[in-house]
Order: sequence, then C-alpha cells, then structure tokens
Amino acid sequence: MPESLTKTENNSSAHRVTGASILLEKVTKSYGSGKAAVDGLTMEIPAGKVVMLVGPSGCGKTTTLKMINRLIEPTEGRIVLNGEDVTTMDGDKLRRGIGYVIQAGGLFPHMSVAANIGLVPKMLGWDKKRIADRVDELLELVSLDPNAYRDRFPKELSGGQQQRVGVARALAADPPVLLMDEPFGAVDPITRQRLQDELINIQAELQKTIVCVTHDFDEAVKLGDWIAIFNEGAQLVQYDTPERILAEPANEFVENFIGSGAGLKQLTLTRVADVGLAEAITASPGDDPQAVLARITAAGHGHAVVLDARQRPLQWLSRRQLSRLKAIDSALDAKLPVVGSRATLNDALDTMLVSSAGAALVTGAREKFLGVIDVSTIMEAISAAHAAASEATEDAPVGLNTGAIAIAEGHRA
Amino acid sequence: MSLAIAELEATRAPSGRSWTPLAYQLLGIVVVLGVLVIWLLTADLTATERTTLDPSALLGYTVEHLKLTFLAAVIVLVIAIPVGIALTRKPLRFLTGPVLAIANIGQAAPAIGLVVLLAFWLGFGFWAATLSLVLYAALPVLRNTMVGLQQVDERLVEAGRGMGMSSTAVLFKVELPLAVPIMLSGIRTALVLLVGTAALATFINGGGLGILITTGVNLNLTRVLITGSVLVALLALAIDWLGRVVEHVAMPKGL
Repeated sequence: MPESLTKTENNSSAHRVTGASILLEKVTKSYGSGKAAVDGLTMEIPAGKVVMLVGPSGCGKTTTLKMINRLIEPTEGRIVLNGEDVTTMDGDKLRRGIGYVIQAGGLFPHMSVAANIGLVPKMLGWDKKRIADRVDELLELVSLDPNAYRDRFPKELSGGQQQRVGVARALAADPPVLLMDEPFGAVDPITRQRLQDELINIQAELQKTIVCVTHDFDEAVKLGDWIAIFNEGAQLVQYDTPERILAEPANEFVENFIGSGAGLKQLTLTRVADVGLAEAITASPGDDPQAVLARITAAGHGHAVVLDARQRPLQWLSRRQLSRLKAIDSALDAKLPVVGSRATLNDALDTMLVSSAGAALVTGAREKFLGVIDVSTIMEAISAAHAAASEATEDAPVGLNTGAIAIAEGHRA
Repeated sequence: MSLAIAELEATRAPSGRSWTPLAYQLLGIVVVLGVLVIWLLTADLTATERTTLDPSALLGYTVEHLKLTFLAAVIVLVIAIPVGIALTRKPLRFLTGPVLAIANIGQAAPAIGLVVLLAFWLGFGFWAATLSLVLYAALPVLRNTMVGLQQVDERLVEAGRGMGMSSTAVLFKVELPLAVPIMLSGIRTALVLLVGTAALATFINGGGLGILITTGVNLNLTRVLITGSVLVALLALAIDWLGRVVEHVAMPKGL
C-alpha cells in the first residue's frame, strides 16, 4: 500500500528535484610542503542544478571534485551534503551514495555491461531481480537496447556506448549527486555533442545535482546552470550563470578563458522561441500577385510569405518577384530560409546570413509558420540579455576563497 | 536469445584463444616420448645402462623430480603472491621499483651457484634443494604479480573506489582478475624453471632426474645421459603445456 502511494506521488511530480545540495566549507588540500592544491575554498552547489568546474589543467578543479566524494580527503574544512556533515563518515559508504563518472566510462573490462551497472546495487544488497530490472531501465534511459547490450563486454562497445554505460552505472542506485570528471573528453566531437544533448535530456527528467569537471568552456556553457571558473590553486575566479560570465567576465583571466567569440557563444544560450518575432504579410497559392503587392506596400514590408493550407511556408516573395508574377503557385521553394522555434539564435543567424532576404522564417510544431526573425531581432535579444545579465542574480550560490584572500592581503602588507 | 549468445561466443573465439597450438604442443611431447621409448626398447643396452634405465627406477626419479618441483611451486605461490600484492599496496608502493630491479638481477644469477651455496649453508639433501628452488622460482612469480597489478589502469582502481568499493574489494574484484593473465604466465615460467633447475638438485643429493645426467656424464653412458636430458626437457614442456591450458581456461572473459 505505501508503495502505490509513493508511485502516484512520483507520477504527479514527474520532474521534481531529486538532487541534494552540496556545501564545501573552507576546504583545503595541501600535499606536504609547498603550495596547496585547493586553498580555503567555500562553495555552494544548489540542489538539482548542473555546476561546471572549468579552468586550465592543474588548477585544482579535479581535486575539488574528488573532495566532494572524499576520494581525496580534504586537509581542512567541511563537506556538507544535504545539510549533513559527511567529512568524517565512512568514505566507502559515502561514495556508494554518490554517482561517479570518469573519462571513457571507466568500465571494468572483465565484467559484462549488466555486471558493471549492477555493482553498486549489489554492494547495497539489492536482490537479483531488482538489480536486473534496474539495469534494463537504465540501459533504456541512456538509449541502449537492453536485450542487445546487457551481456556484452566493454570492449565490444564503441567509445560513446561505453560512456553511456558509465553514466548508467553512476545512476544505478539513484544517487542524489552525480560527479563527472571530464566525462566526454575521450569521444569524437559528434558523439560528444550527442552525449551532451542526452545528458541534458536525462537531467531534465531526473533533476540530479551534477558537478562536472571540464576544460572545454563551450561544454560548460552548454551543460551548466552555473559555471565556476578556477585559476591555479583552485582560486574561484568567477562563479555565475553562463549568461553572466559571457556578458560580464570578472577579469582578464576569465576573458582569455572564454576565448574569442563570447558574443557568438551568447547566441547559443537563447532559443528562437524566447525572442519576439516580427509579423509578416501572408498569402495563399492562387492569390492575385498585384493585390498581395499592394498589401505589402501598404504595410511597408519587403516580402510576403506564401503558406499552404496547413500554414506551412512555401515561398517567400519579394516585391520584385511579385510584380513579375502572373499567379502565385503552390510550389515549395527548396532554398527557403526556415528555422525551428527550438533552434538557438546562433543557428537562426547562420540561416539568415545565407538567405537573400537577410532574415529567416520561424516555424513551430508541425512546421506551422510563426513569424519572421531578422538581424535586428537578434540584436535586441542580445542587448536585452546583456541588460539582464548585468544585474547579479539574487539566488546566486556562494563561492569564495578564504585562503586566496589571505594570500592577497599578505602580498599587500 | 541463446542463438545470439552462441553467435557472440563464436565471434569472440578467434581473438587469440584458439586451442590448436596447445594441441600441437601436446602432440609433440607425446611423439618425442614415444620415440624415446622405442629407441630404448630397441637399443642394445649394457648391463649398467639396463639397471639405471629400469622403468621402475625411471618412474621413481620422475616422481621425485615432480615432488621437488611441486613442493617448491606451492611454497613459491604461498609466499610470492601475497608478497607481490603487499609490495604494490600504498604503504609499500615505494618498494615496488627496487624490488623489481632486484628480481630482474636475481633472475640472471646462475642457478647452480645458488644451489651449491645453499647446500654449504644448510647441508646437503632434499630440503636444501627445495629451498634453493623456491628462492629461484619465487622471482618470476613475484615479478609478474607486481607487474600484473601495476599494469591495471589506475583509472579503473579509482572508478572502483569512486563507486564506494573498499580497497580490498577493488583488489579482489578488479585488480587481481585483471592481473591474472600476467600472473599466470609468471607462474608457468616459474614451473618450467623449476623443472629444469630441479635437475641440479642431484649435485647436493636432492634427488630427481638429474641423477641420470650426472651418471651419464661420470660413467660415460651416452644413452643414460640422453634419456635423462630428454626426460627433463619433456617434463618441462609438459608442465608448460599444463600451465598454458590453465591460462587458457582462467583468462577472464571480456579481455
């Protein structure tokens, strides 16, 4: 009976947050003498969000990640998981409750896919049936057919498939927190993109707290709700949303790290559906070209969009074309510049630049025509994003280095 | 479903896991043994040769030889494998390099020297022979245990720890299974070495097939000398074959 209760609860809130918040409090890691790898870092990681740790190699971002599950024991400081201090609890027990994904999946080559995924549930004492069901469920989740893949060995999988199994293994016991260490570093760019998209979809469904280390800033922008940029010694240079980091880099180091094309990267953050579209004069096949021409002249437009009976765009006629036409036919112009409403502004701009009209038609569900997007719309969206980004978000998580501040003061003195 | 599995097995089989070379090795051993037996049966043996090469005596020497070999092997396994594991664990890891270097040098030391030196120290006989054999054969086992554990991808160990496996669980479920192929080949090498080196035991009264060789040399009995040498060689090859069969069967799936 209680089981059915929880089930309905699950259904009613399909997209509830299942993640846990993480707090690193004045965490320091030093190896013997010399400079600390991580120095007095305090960092809040909100529940159910994706936080990307980025920075140059050797900056301590991986050390920071591994201190969350205490694979690396902090020299000083506290780690708090969902309000509970886990700094001194049994490390193995702690790690069983935190998913861990490494580059290339880190699958055990002498175990089948099912055995790899079932490792943590087995350690937690689940019975065989439950483990087998969970393995199949997870394989489905990462888009692998259970019947084809559960009995395979890792070497019989491609790099991308191995990485998927790695993610499935980390999710096996349904942990609230997922730690990923350069998860997509070892696969080709096309597979990486697909895996990133899949991770976004999985995250939309599961709402875990994900902490992910990467050296690829574009990946951080794509996946992250929050991005933490580190410099050497795990100095937290900037900890903010991708939008804010792109619009307002904290200093030159961040600017350099973002690299060229910050403006273009900003375009990948906004979807066409989120910006205001311009209206257009529409026509149907069979209309009189002269009447349509009169209508667009009256409205001060340069073009008219020809739609079919189901409101799908067929042609986009300029005044000049209209003045020469005898009748509007129902042929489909193959070179019509069309973007979907889920496309990014970056894609839209790309389509626009190659179209003769300098604008693009936007379509929604079932290719229904929604409106026109042009360069000025994009410019407006960018300046609006800049304006919005210049105001710091109020719910921004805390992130600071006590150690770094002390060092800076020491220098000044 | 079962068909699909059979298909998978079929595609997996050719990847360096064929039984054919093993069958040839066994066939070769049997043929040479047959030739030896026929040659001895048809040869015109002197009386001394006949006594020395009496079948029951030959069997006795062989059993003695195998006893020496296997006793030494068991002692080697019991000592060298745990020591090899211990030397690759974190607290002792700094010793891995030096010990490997010593093991490599020790391997180059001549066996006969070791056997005789130990005999002077411990007195002649079976146990001195066994101890020298153990010392000699421990090196490849120790070496391969350490190398086998060392070559396990560091990231797999970390993945295991990261999932919440204890270090013991990682050792037994990840590191050792992945080290098995290299460890087994070390054990096989040790066994073959043992069979060969056990022939030297006769110098310090340790018994074994070596007596045929020394008798053959001392009394200028060529047939006895040849029989002894060939038997030792065949025994080594047979043990090597057995080791390969075990490696073949014990190879972890998926590698």
